[in-house]
Amino acid sequence: MATSKTNNFATLQRRSVVHRILKDRGDAAVVTGIGNASHDVASAGDDDRNMYLFGIMGGAAMVAFGIAVAQPECRVVVITGDGELLAGIGSLATIGVEKPKNLSILVIDNQAYGATGNQHTHTARGVDLVGIAAASGFDHTALITDNKALEAAMDDIYKKPGPYFAVVKVMTKTGSRVTVPNDGTRTSRRFRKAVAGEDA
Amino acid sequence: MAVKKRKAGWHWSQDVHRHFREIGIRQVAYVPDSGTARLIDLCSADRTMRSVVLTTEEEGVAQMAGAWLGGQRGVFLTQSGGVGNCINMLSIISECRIPLLAIVSMRGQWGETIPWQVPMGQGTEAALEAGGVLVQHVDEAEQVPATVEAAAKLAFDANRAVAVIVSQRISGTGGKG
Repeated sequence: MATSKTNNFATLQRRSVVHRILKDRGDAAVVTGIGNASHDVASAGDDDRNMYLFGIMGGAAMVAFGIAVAQPECRVVVITGDGELLAGIGSLATIGVEKPKNLSILVIDNQAYGATGNQHTHTARGVDLVGIAAASGFDHTALITDNKALEAAMDDIYKKPGPYFAVVKVMTKTGSRVTVPNDGTRTSRRFRKAVAGEDA
Repeated sequence: MAVKKRKAGWHWSQDVHRHFREIGIRQVAYVPDSGTARLIDLCSADRTMRSVVLTTEEEGVAQMAGAWLGGQRGVFLTQSGGVGNCINMLSIISECRIPLLAIVSMRGQWGETIPWQVPMGQGTEAALEAGGVLVQHVDEAEQVPATVEAAAKLAFDANRAVAVIVSQRISGTGGKG
């Protein structure tokens, strides 16, 4: 059976990458895709402005898009995996056309379905997500493979007008599982109150 | 309910669009369909609403969840054929108890002539119900506005996921597309 170990030459560790990104988040809202991304984000510390998704594979980008449209003054950051993004690949076309200035999509790309046994995703076999995003209308994209490029991306993620799309290539190894709030009724209302000031 | 006489040239979309404005709909997500084409045109021309064309219908369910998370109201327009695409995405609506207002224009139903439209058309209501969406039918054009108004209350005031199923008897697109 194919595994991603044979052709993943990444040197970055996913958890330290995500923690570094979140260190600069300020008031940004964060939407996590199903899988390790939710654990990576929660392990940096729970936050009312985090919306963790534990289902709806392929939906993270469009959930974040709806938030970004509703809250144009708030930076909305998607942190998701390559498998999750691939499941909703058409949403890159929708977002590329709509061009929300306050949306950043970060794909933590381990080239594998990490939650189910590290089976290859298509990125392990050459599918270029950055190329797809660029061809879909994202004017600002990056392929990040080292810490220097990660540091250079911080302004793009949080400050410069988007939509911004970046793939961060990471090793297959995952961090330990942490307790992530998974009651959607609770986390969604908490998020809405923190980001929109709305009580349900 | 008494049905008022309508002026010549009246279309249900006009009243529904006006109601969308009244209740503060700010995001409209859709995959184009002839059954909702006039409503889409009215919403797209309205600068108080952000009308978004989707590549596939489940994107709209996710967007509606995001709209609510961000404090806005949205409406999702889909043909019955797209309902099946939405079923997994409806998990967020159900798990997070997010209000959803959907307008579903039917195919594969009244006077359909294209056999490929029938399977999903006949499965539309079952798919919605499996996804936890309440279904409200409307079979006459004159009743569409009142049905959408009632569904919007159920969605946004009673905090429910609701789909208004607009019969193919109204749109009459039995053989196109």
